[in-house]
Amino acid sequence: MPEIKRALPQPTPETRHFWDGARDGELRLQRCDDCAHVYFPPRPFCPECASRSVSVFQASGRGTLHSYVINHRPAPGFDPPYSIAVVKLDEGPKMLTNVVNTPQTPEALELDMDLEVHFEKMTDEITLPLFQPADPNRAKSNR
Amino acid sequence: MKQKSVAIVGAAESTELGKTPHISQIQIHADAAFNTLADAGLRPKDIDGIATAGESPVGIAYYLGIEPKWIDATSIGGCSFMLHVRHAAAAINEGLCSTVLITHGESGRSQVGRGGFARAASSLNGQFELPYGPTGPPTMFTIPVLRYMKDYGVSEEQLATVAVIQREWAAMNPRASFRDPITVADVLESTMIAYPFRKLMCCLVTDGGGALILTAAERAKDFDTRPVYVLGTGESSESPMVSQMDDFSTSRAFRVSGRLAFDEAGIATSDVDHLMVYDAFAHLPLYGLADLGFCDRGEAAAFIEDRRTAPGGLLPLNTNGGGLSYMHSGMYGMYALQESVRQLRGVAPAQVKGARISVAHGVGGMFSAAGTIVMSNDPP
Repeated sequence: MPEIKRALPQPTPETRHFWDGARDGELRLQRCDDCAHVYFPPRPFCPECASRSVSVFQASGRGTLHSYVINHRPAPGFDPPYSIAVVKLDEGPKMLTNVVNTPQTPEALELDMDLEVHFEKMTDEITLPLFQPADPNRAKSNR
Repeated sequence: MKQKSVAIVGAAESTELGKTPHISQIQIHADAAFNTLADAGLRPKDIDGIATAGESPVGIAYYLGIEPKWIDATSIGGCSFMLHVRHAAAAINEGLCSTVLITHGESGRSQVGRGGFARAASSLNGQFELPYGPTGPPTMFTIPVLRYMKDYGVSEEQLATVAVIQREWAAMNPRASFRDPITVADVLESTMIAYPFRKLMCCLVTDGGGALILTAAERAKDFDTRPVYVLGTGESSESPMVSQMDDFSTSRAFRVSGRLAFDEAGIATSDVDHLMVYDAFAHLPLYGLADLGFCDRGEAAAFIEDRRTAPGGLLPLNTNGGGLSYMHSGMYGMYALQESVRQLRGVAPAQVKGARISVAHGVGGMFSAAGTIVMSNDPP
C-alpha cells in the first residue's frame, strides 16, 4: 500500500447525495423534472433548461468506455500503469473514473466496451465509483 | 484608419528561456516587462494599464513601479494573455487607460518563487476528477484523444507527425530548446507518459516570460517599432473538467472564440498567412485546425501529414517550434503571441515571407477556455 493516498473528494451540500449514494452502493444521477434531462456532475438545477425542480435517482451503473489514458508516471495512491477513463453512462452523462479488474493495457481496454460500476471504499465517508468490464451475461439480459 | 483600433507597439520575451534557477518568477515578469518597455521606448511611468496571469497584477504593478488606472487579473490558464489583449483593446477604446502592459513569467521548470495550482477537494475537479489519479496536464489534456482517434481514424503515427514537423520549425530557431531533427519512430519510441502519449508528444517544461504593450493605433506612429494591429479578438469557455467536454473531438470554446475573432476581423481562413495554435500536446493543433475552420473535422491529421503546415507549406503553423520544441513554461499563450508579432514585424527566425495576417489561438486549462487574436501589419 503506498504511503500517500489518492486525493479524495470533499462533498458539498450540493453533491452530498452523490457521495452518500456511492457509500451505500448506488450510483446516483439527477434528472430534470421539467425537461427530463439527465446530468452530471451534481447541482441543484438543470444545466439544460435552468429549472430548479430536479430529482435524484439511482442510475443503472452501466455504460461504455468512451476514452482514456494509461498513466505510466508515479501518482500518489496509484500503482502505474493505471487507466484514467471516461465512462459514458447508459443514461447519457460522462464521468471520469478508473477501469479496474482488467489488465491496464490498450488491448484489454477497448473503446466502447461495456462497463459496470464497481464501488471501492476509501474511508468511512468516501467510496469511489470505479468501473470494470461488464459481466457479459448480465449486460446482455438487461440491455 | 478604422476608428477604435489598437496596436501592439512593444513585444519581447525574457532575456533567457529554458532553465533559469537564478531568477524568481516575479523577476521573470520584470525582465520580460523591461525588455518590452525598452522595445517600445517607454518607462514604467508611461504605463497606465496592467494585466497578468499567474501572479497578481497588483503585485506586478507594485514591483515595476506602475500606477495603474486599469487592471485585469484574468487567469484562466495559458490563453489568459489572449484575453488580456482582447480586454485591453476594449479598455483602450473605452478610454479607461491608454497604454497597457501585459506580462507573463513562469519559473515552470525551476519552481523558484512560484505559487501552487492546487485545487480544493470540494471543487468540481477535486470531487469528480482528481480522485481518479490525473496528475496534471499529461493525464488530463490527453483524455479525449483516443475517442477522437477512433472516431476519425487518426493513427498514432499521425499524432507523432505533429511533433516531427514542429521540430523542423524549431531547427530554424536559435532560441528553441530542442532543435535536432526527429522522426515518427523517435516519437513513438520515446518514453510512454500516458498512453497514447509519448514524451515527444508532450510539451517542454521550461522557465521564461514575455510581455506586450498595447495602445491606440493612432498613437502607433509615435513608436519606433513596426506596429502590429489587432484586427479581431475572441474568447470563450466550456468546462473546468475535461471529462465534461460536450464532444471529445471538438472544443466548443475553440469554435466560439475563433469565430468571434475571424468575424470581427472580417477575414476568412484563406486570408491567414501564419497561424499559431497553442500546442501543449501533439493533438492540440489537430483540434485547432478544424475548430478554427482551416479544414473539416477529421481532416486535420492528413492536413499536417501532407506538410501544409510544415516549412514550405501554405499555412505555416507554430513557426517558433511551439510548446513541443520551442519552450513551454506552463501558460504558453504569451509565446504564441510573441511569435505572431515577430512574424508580422518580419523579424522571426523562421520568417514567413510577406506575412500580413497572423492568428494566435490559445487554450486555457484542459480545453476549458480559449482566446483568439487576429493581427496584421497593415493598418485596419
